[in-house]
Amino acid sequence: MAIARRKFDAVIVGAGGAGMRAALQLSEAGLKVAVLSKVFPTRSHTVAAQGGIAAALGNVTEDNWHWHMYDTVKGSDYLGDQDAIEFMCRQANEVVYELEHFGMPFDRLENGKIYQRPFGGQSQNFGGAQATRSCAAADRTGHAMLHTLYQRNVRANTQFFIEWMGLDLIRDEQGDVLGVTAMEMETGEVMVLQAKATLFATGGAGRIFQASTNAFINTGDGLGMSARAGIPLEDMEFWQFHPTGVYGVGVLISEAVRGEGGYLLNKDGERFMQRYAPHAKDLAGRDVVSRALTMEIKEGRGCGKDADHLLLKLDHLGADVINMRLPGIREIAIKFAQVDPINEPIPVVPTAHYMMGGIPTNFHGQVVAPYKTGPEEVVRGFYAVGECACVSVHGANRLGTNSLLDIIVFGRAAGNQIIEDLKKSPHHKPLPADVADRTLARLARLEGQKGGESVAQVGATLRKTMQAHCGVFRFADMLKEGVTKIGEVAEQAAQTEIKDKSKVFNTARIEALELDNLAEVALATMVSAEARNESRGAHARDDFPERDDEKWLKHTLYFRTGRRLDYKPVRLKPMTVESFPPKPRVY
Amino acid sequence: MKELERARWRCRRGLLELDIVLQRFMDRHYSQLSDKDLQQFSTLLDLSDNDLWDMVTSRKEPEDASIRPLLEILQAV
Repeated sequence: MAIARRKFDAVIVGAGGAGMRAALQLSEAGLKVAVLSKVFPTRSHTVAAQGGIAAALGNVTEDNWHWHMYDTVKGSDYLGDQDAIEFMCRQANEVVYELEHFGMPFDRLENGKIYQRPFGGQSQNFGGAQATRSCAAADRTGHAMLHTLYQRNVRANTQFFIEWMGLDLIRDEQGDVLGVTAMEMETGEVMVLQAKATLFATGGAGRIFQASTNAFINTGDGLGMSARAGIPLEDMEFWQFHPTGVYGVGVLISEAVRGEGGYLLNKDGERFMQRYAPHAKDLAGRDVVSRALTMEIKEGRGCGKDADHLLLKLDHLGADVINMRLPGIREIAIKFAQVDPINEPIPVVPTAHYMMGGIPTNFHGQVVAPYKTGPEEVVRGFYAVGECACVSVHGANRLGTNSLLDIIVFGRAAGNQIIEDLKKSPHHKPLPADVADRTLARLARLEGQKGGESVAQVGATLRKTMQAHCGVFRFADMLKEGVTKIGEVAEQAAQTEIKDKSKVFNTARIEALELDNLAEVALATMVSAEARNESRGAHARDDFPERDDEKWLKHTLYFRTGRRLDYKPVRLKPMTVESFPPKPRVY
Repeated sequence: MKELERARWRCRRGLLELDIVLQRFMDRHYSQLSDKDLQQFSTLLDLSDNDLWDMVTSRKEPEDASIRPLLEILQAV
């Protein structure tokens, strides 16, 4: 079967903040750039980022990037790569001013400077007083960022392929990446998009969990494509659970509530965070707060008739502060929890929120893997940025407001790296003869499947299995059983059957293809979590409650073939400053 | 052709809040919509996530008042 082919300098899969920041860098440099997105770009999940973007501008209280770096290393529970963290924190002010220059409508102080607010995990002077580091556009920072970047990209002639889904990575015999296969939903046709540089910015995969703050589109497509093409996935056991998802639905209540002075209560009306984090209290790292909530519930101090949630109180802030600084939060509470936070506290539970792991990259956005001779060899032609990538600045736990910073800093860095790399290799490499074979085989299997499983059912089993076996607290026997169970789910996912076989706008087919990706992510997560016999950051093992730097200060690499694990050292040496050696992490 | 699928896909949003509300709406109300409703629904889906969410939560009024009956269904799901 002849497949249509198109050539670009760069193909980017994903049109959230990371993909669009990289695209802008490339298009403004005059390169021919295609950006693929399953949904309209401004409907990417970046739109959900409420809290802000971290930068040590020092507009409200004294601050500097080195303190920000310390907080990020500590927040990561020392699993973050310190060269990448230094790179990110040093560039923060510059990228924020650049966004301001692009027209992003940040909130202002009376003196005209960018308004900043305090956020969990931010400190002055290496663990001292609370810092004030988050730059925000009301509670819609992600929305403002997406619209700003989208408009700039349109002006720079970035070519958007909207309602297109990336299917598989194209690699040649040398392992170089030469583009992707993709499907246009409208026609159901498969196309080869050939590129000198292929960048994945496909976001997270939170839909592997039953309780998740992630939008339905977050199915880990980039991770699935990478794993199928032999690229390992790094640190997949580390998933951040946001402490305050609305009880029952998962919708997120931003930390901004606690930043502005809201706090958590148990059924006795106690501010229990004082016991778990005497210093930072409700503004401690997300993993610390999530575990505290889980402990309160476990020990019978949860609220409600099933004692299965906690309360987030903010009525003491007054209607004016809630309406002015936190308006979106009030509406979410009314709609999904049926309470008005001006009068009543919001019922909350810890909810899967962010994937710290992903496609392994260096801080230039280049994908690195031990596939030839060294442990971190550059995979030529392949780049990844944002939540789908593991650079790794978040290590075992991400700090709030560091993800918007991550996508902008590394989106831009990857763009710059691609421009440099294309100067050295300005020509397209020839495509291999079997360019689309893997994709076509997958589609043919789905087309011809008889007596197979329902996509919705397998998806539901997958989410339930992940939630029960790989949640906030992890138990050895549950993980072991989870590996077996999720293996069975993956087998079912490879035998799904769809009733609708038509070509035009076949959402059943798209959802089956998404499930292939969810299954890869779920397997990588469970297998990596089962093997890590320690507790670090978001990975909390009941049987190994302590962090074990002697054995486990290393990154996990999961290979799809044989579900094999390998490990590589954490990059403890920053670019210019002294290393922050691992210390007990207390807030 | 495939209008239901198209609408269902365009209910895939960046905000989980909208994913949930729109899915409830699709499951409960979509099949009973008139042609005029369908057209208005399509107009609503073209809005950016936050604009649509503002209307669903009554924080913002629609420019076209004739869309209000449909919006009220969305506000109630």
